[in-house]
Amino acid sequence: MLSKRVIPCLDVREGRLTKGIRFSGNEDIGDPVKSARRYYEEGADEIVFYDITASAEARGIFLDVVERVAEQIFIPFSVGGGISDAAQMRDVLLAGAEKVSVNSAAVQNPGIISEGAEAFGSQAIVVGMDVLAVPVSADIPSGYEIVIHGGRKRMGIDALAWAKRCQDLGAGELCVNSIDADGTKDGYELTLTKAVVQAVSIPVIASGGAGEPRHMYEAVSRGGASAALIASIVHYGTYTIRDCKEYMANRGAKVRLTW
Amino acid sequence: MLAILDYEAGNQTSVRRALEHLDIPCSVTADTAVLDSANGIVFPGVGAAGQAMGALAAGLDASLRRAVQTGKPLLGICLGCQILLEYSEENNARTLGLVPGVCRRFADNMQQEDGSPAPVPHMGWNSLRVRTESLLLAGISPEAEFYFVHSYYVAPDPAFVIATTVYGREFCSCYGRDGLWAVQFHPEKSGRPGLILLRNFYNYCREARHAQ
Repeated sequence: MLSKRVIPCLDVREGRLTKGIRFSGNEDIGDPVKSARRYYEEGADEIVFYDITASAEARGIFLDVVERVAEQIFIPFSVGGGISDAAQMRDVLLAGAEKVSVNSAAVQNPGIISEGAEAFGSQAIVVGMDVLAVPVSADIPSGYEIVIHGGRKRMGIDALAWAKRCQDLGAGELCVNSIDADGTKDGYELTLTKAVVQAVSIPVIASGGAGEPRHMYEAVSRGGASAALIASIVHYGTYTIRDCKEYMANRGAKVRLTW
Repeated sequence: MLAILDYEAGNQTSVRRALEHLDIPCSVTADTAVLDSANGIVFPGVGAAGQAMGALAAGLDASLRRAVQTGKPLLGICLGCQILLEYSEENNARTLGLVPGVCRRFADNMQQEDGSPAPVPHMGWNSLRVRTESLLLAGISPEAEFYFVHSYYVAPDPAFVIATTVYGREFCSCYGRDGLWAVQFHPEKSGRPGLILLRNFYNYCREARHAQ
């Protein structure tokens, strides 16, 4: 049986982590390559890098980070942030990433999903969805709306309809981020997670709101997600990846405990 | 030196990086002379069987056959594991036939052991049930998991099965005999257990060479 995955997410700006990461021993690491290495050694099943760089120049620095990560960690990792065409996808895959993640660009130009899937295979294409809870309406029957630009722009697209469309276009996986839960540490938006899981047959990664291992367990059990994306819960040394996984395993989730 | 067979199959760079990390001398090559002189060959692959057979037709298939005939160690990975067999349902392709068996597509609508759906592809971390002891898996914990990404599974002659994995059904995830091995998962993306497996293969290649 497949293990549920635990995936730390690292935000990178101009080749450095946006916030230093505190590992056990209180060591503050701002280097994304070193941090990735630590998470790899501590049992991450996959790592997500999110590039929040704006300039083309810094883009090159980021690709260099991707390449150095690929030389040092031997688990799959994905790269997202600012990817808007197949050439940029090719760049990060050639640099050594297993998967690329598209978000706003896919909402504005859904063709990029099918283009990527045809060129690199569905398994390489992750669609990130930022979702806001809204009143149910004719346009948004699920009460979940797609937003872009970090939640600042509402798109008038129903999140469940969009999830199905992404699957039809060839996405291999969906990363569903609740804008409402993000940063709260109160747990994932399980109703949303579950609704997306039931709407599609591709794997769903729950994102936004993890504050303790119990939340991760809930995402993969009640929410039905294949993976839990985490950030501050491990970045500030509150929990290790092993703490999270042992909690999940003790409750009956299948997770990878040997590495 | 290990030769990593280059037939534009996608993951040869990841395999090279993993071997270099282990300080194992290796070369990504499509040169039959280099393949013939290597201590062992890693035969990686991501993609489709029909296309891969087309890319191998330029003489690389003959190098692989020669390797097996002369007892040169060979390790097939993922698509490489699938096309060492005789036939693949993918593209209805006649494949290399170096090991008896066929490659089939997973059924749709499979279920996992807990009743949840098991969609295709099988993607993620899964464990092995070891059926036959093998040098390839020496030193690897029985609890270890490996990273899989595939829509087709191999069904070699049962005499060759080393380990199986369960996803919707039980299928062979590692097969072979000493010096001719194949794994459905990606050892180059499976953390330490995968690296141990690659190291085991290299150690076998070195010893096989000394024995010659």
